[in-house]
Amino acid sequence: MFSDLKQWFGSGKPWVWLNAGAVSISIVMVAALLILIGIRGLGHFWAKPIMEADYLEPDGSISRLVGEIHEREVVPREQIQDPTLELPEGTDTVARLLVKTGNRDTVGLDFRWALEARLQQMRYPEKLMAIERYEWGNFYGYLKEVRQDGTLVASGDEAWQALQPLIERAGELRAQIKKIEQDDIGAINYQIEKLRLAERRLELDGVAAGSREHQAIAEERQVLQNRYQGYQARLRELYQQIGRDSLTGVVMDGQEVDMPLSVVVRAYRPNEMGLFDKIGFYIAKLWEFVSDDPREANTEGGIFPAIFGTVMMVILMSIFVTPFGVIAAVYLREYARQGPLTRVIRIAVNNLAGVPSIVYGVFGLGFFVYFLGGNIDQLFFPEALPAPTYGTGGLFWASLTLAILTLPVVIVATEEGLSRIPSSIREGSLALGATKAETLWRTVLPMSSPAMMTGLILAVARAAGEVAPLMLVGVVKLAPSLPLDSNAPFLHLDRKFMHLGFHIYDVGFQSPNVEAARPLVYATALLLVLVIVMLNLAAIAIRNHLREKYRALEQ
Amino acid sequence: MSESAAASHGVDIRAMERKPRHRNLQDEALCLEVKDLNLYYGDKQALKDVNLQIPRQRVSAFIGPSGCGKSTLLRCFNRMNDLVDGVRIEGNIELDGEDMYQRNVNVAELRRRVGMVFQKPNPFPKSIYENVAYGLRLMGKKSRRELDDVVESALRSAALWDEVKDRLHDSALGLSGGQQQRLVIARAIAIEPEVLLLDEPASALDPISTLKIEELIYELKERYTIVIVTHNMQQAARVSDYTAFMYMGELVEFGDTDTLFTNPSRKQTEDYITGRYG
Repeated sequence: MFSDLKQWFGSGKPWVWLNAGAVSISIVMVAALLILIGIRGLGHFWAKPIMEADYLEPDGSISRLVGEIHEREVVPREQIQDPTLELPEGTDTVARLLVKTGNRDTVGLDFRWALEARLQQMRYPEKLMAIERYEWGNFYGYLKEVRQDGTLVASGDEAWQALQPLIERAGELRAQIKKIEQDDIGAINYQIEKLRLAERRLELDGVAAGSREHQAIAEERQVLQNRYQGYQARLRELYQQIGRDSLTGVVMDGQEVDMPLSVVVRAYRPNEMGLFDKIGFYIAKLWEFVSDDPREANTEGGIFPAIFGTVMMVILMSIFVTPFGVIAAVYLREYARQGPLTRVIRIAVNNLAGVPSIVYGVFGLGFFVYFLGGNIDQLFFPEALPAPTYGTGGLFWASLTLAILTLPVVIVATEEGLSRIPSSIREGSLALGATKAETLWRTVLPMSSPAMMTGLILAVARAAGEVAPLMLVGVVKLAPSLPLDSNAPFLHLDRKFMHLGFHIYDVGFQSPNVEAARPLVYATALLLVLVIVMLNLAAIAIRNHLREKYRALEQ
Repeated sequence: MSESAAASHGVDIRAMERKPRHRNLQDEALCLEVKDLNLYYGDKQALKDVNLQIPRQRVSAFIGPSGCGKSTLLRCFNRMNDLVDGVRIEGNIELDGEDMYQRNVNVAELRRRVGMVFQKPNPFPKSIYENVAYGLRLMGKKSRRELDDVVESALRSAALWDEVKDRLHDSALGLSGGQQQRLVIARAIAIEPEVLLLDEPASALDPISTLKIEELIYELKERYTIVIVTHNMQQAARVSDYTAFMYMGELVEFGDTDTLFTNPSRKQTEDYITGRYG
């Protein structure tokens, strides 16, 4: 027996098992993580049935409870402050349900805990309706009537038929309004702001008021003002049109609620939806999530600006870090004399990778934002002062900060790649009369490009997931405009931006409605992982292509 | 003059006396002349008082046991040893009467005149065409026509053209070892050097490829001065006009190949070529 065991140990099998076990555990953990955030996050967009039930209040009265059941929890009896609750003998736990009742405008809270034992006659009437709104959260209840310009159009069952086209109409009008407000008026505002800065600049340069330049600006501004008036008139018209229709609904306590259709995103009756309706609804919601702007303090709507900001920042970071890191690595490996000093520098670079990221954030804030940005403002944007242009956090500084943060990774990977180029290749090039620089440019650097890409992949993985330093150098909860738009110069590096990682933090911890936002935390996390995976896959594809091209190393 | 150099001269004189049909070093035009060369790797001396004259448009072979300094000496001819950390060189080497170890010598320019082929084929991970055109592009030649011509003639000279003319733009790494080595030779002669240094060019190749390389050397000596380092004494005997035997960093004997192999003047040489050590 003992000798068998000894033989088993001697054969090296335990070691193999240990290795395989470690790998399996890693894979299981990654898969579990993805599955967890996947289920929690993606389940959120599925149309949940709306429950209606009678609720026996502790004082003995009966009220009506309407809402979506979000969670069921079993807690000890003592935890419930409810002396009147009668339980069967021998049970000391109570089940309670987290019900999303919506109707924040009438009830005051979106969620409510309900004891299962107090719920009677739970039912799912088909006529129950959910309305997603631009304000006050969801509405749950029955549709009573639809009005047009205050006059009744339809009531009861017909109202539902009449409602959908009207909501569609409102949606189209809203899209028009949004286009005018954001694109057209946004552009005018941008230009007027530029004129104001130009004027201020003239003042700073000492050009007298009333001079030709001032007049030119005034004229231009007048033109813009006129165009603005035009848009303004159009907007008034649209707002009037969108405010034409309204609906009346009945909520669970019997109150009637009037709301204009302009605040309605969509209305649906989940209890009567079939599987295909629900799938269609799901896809629409998912698309809204990845393509729309957030609303309701980020707890509803989409997260497109955050996706955009994350990708944008990572790309800019790559553009900054790659040349810088590669040049530094080339110097360290190829030109610097290998000695104690280079060794110290190399150790320092490696250790930089271990510095907590928030420290980089502090550095970015102190050096980039306040020092560099402040000086840039003094030199190039004095007309905007005291409002900072680059003297405040923004996309540029955030990307630069992350570039510094990921620099060690790129340097180390590039150095590794450079050292792996066989000396025979270098000698071959030198023997043909190439100088060291020519050898580097024509042979060594192209051959080590896969290693640089490896560095970049690691850098992207690290940068895309980084949140802490960004909070100091330019990420915001809600950015009014994307850093890339149709106003020259198109890329606005000074703008603040949104970021998926910060969005998770913000929605999860800073939101006024944590319960409602929790599924969004998971969905956003899943999306962040997907974005990182996608960025990495792109980089890996490029690397494999390069590897195939410079296969000499395997010889 | 050092002992070994004197010895090599002595051999030539005697060889001339006995076998006048043999080549005589003193009748040849000089290409490279090594004068009192000492080379140190750190504290270790790798070459000791080497004096040597390499004749123009002849094949000179360096033989000797491993670590005797023959490759080191070869790499002195295009200053490849400059790349080694801690190397120190005393004495000088003249190419066409000019000292190549002067401060103001442009090393890249020198290496263009003294081409080199290494032991292991080292084609760049580029196409066959780009490999041959590499040196030309370094010289700033960009015209497609000119490049095409030179690439073709270099590949023809290296006896590779017929094998690769249909796949000039395929990766050079797809060639066999022997083809790669001939490609590297083509790459070296594309820039028309005066001297071609071959550092055991066939040691990593199979017998047939080796034969092809040897034939190639035979043809190339019409146009270039060739210096070849080899482990293989038969190869030295077959391809070279002159042979140098080195031992422990010293040049023991240098002279006409036939004489050196049939009637060496030094005991060490005789011991080595008869296989008593090495």
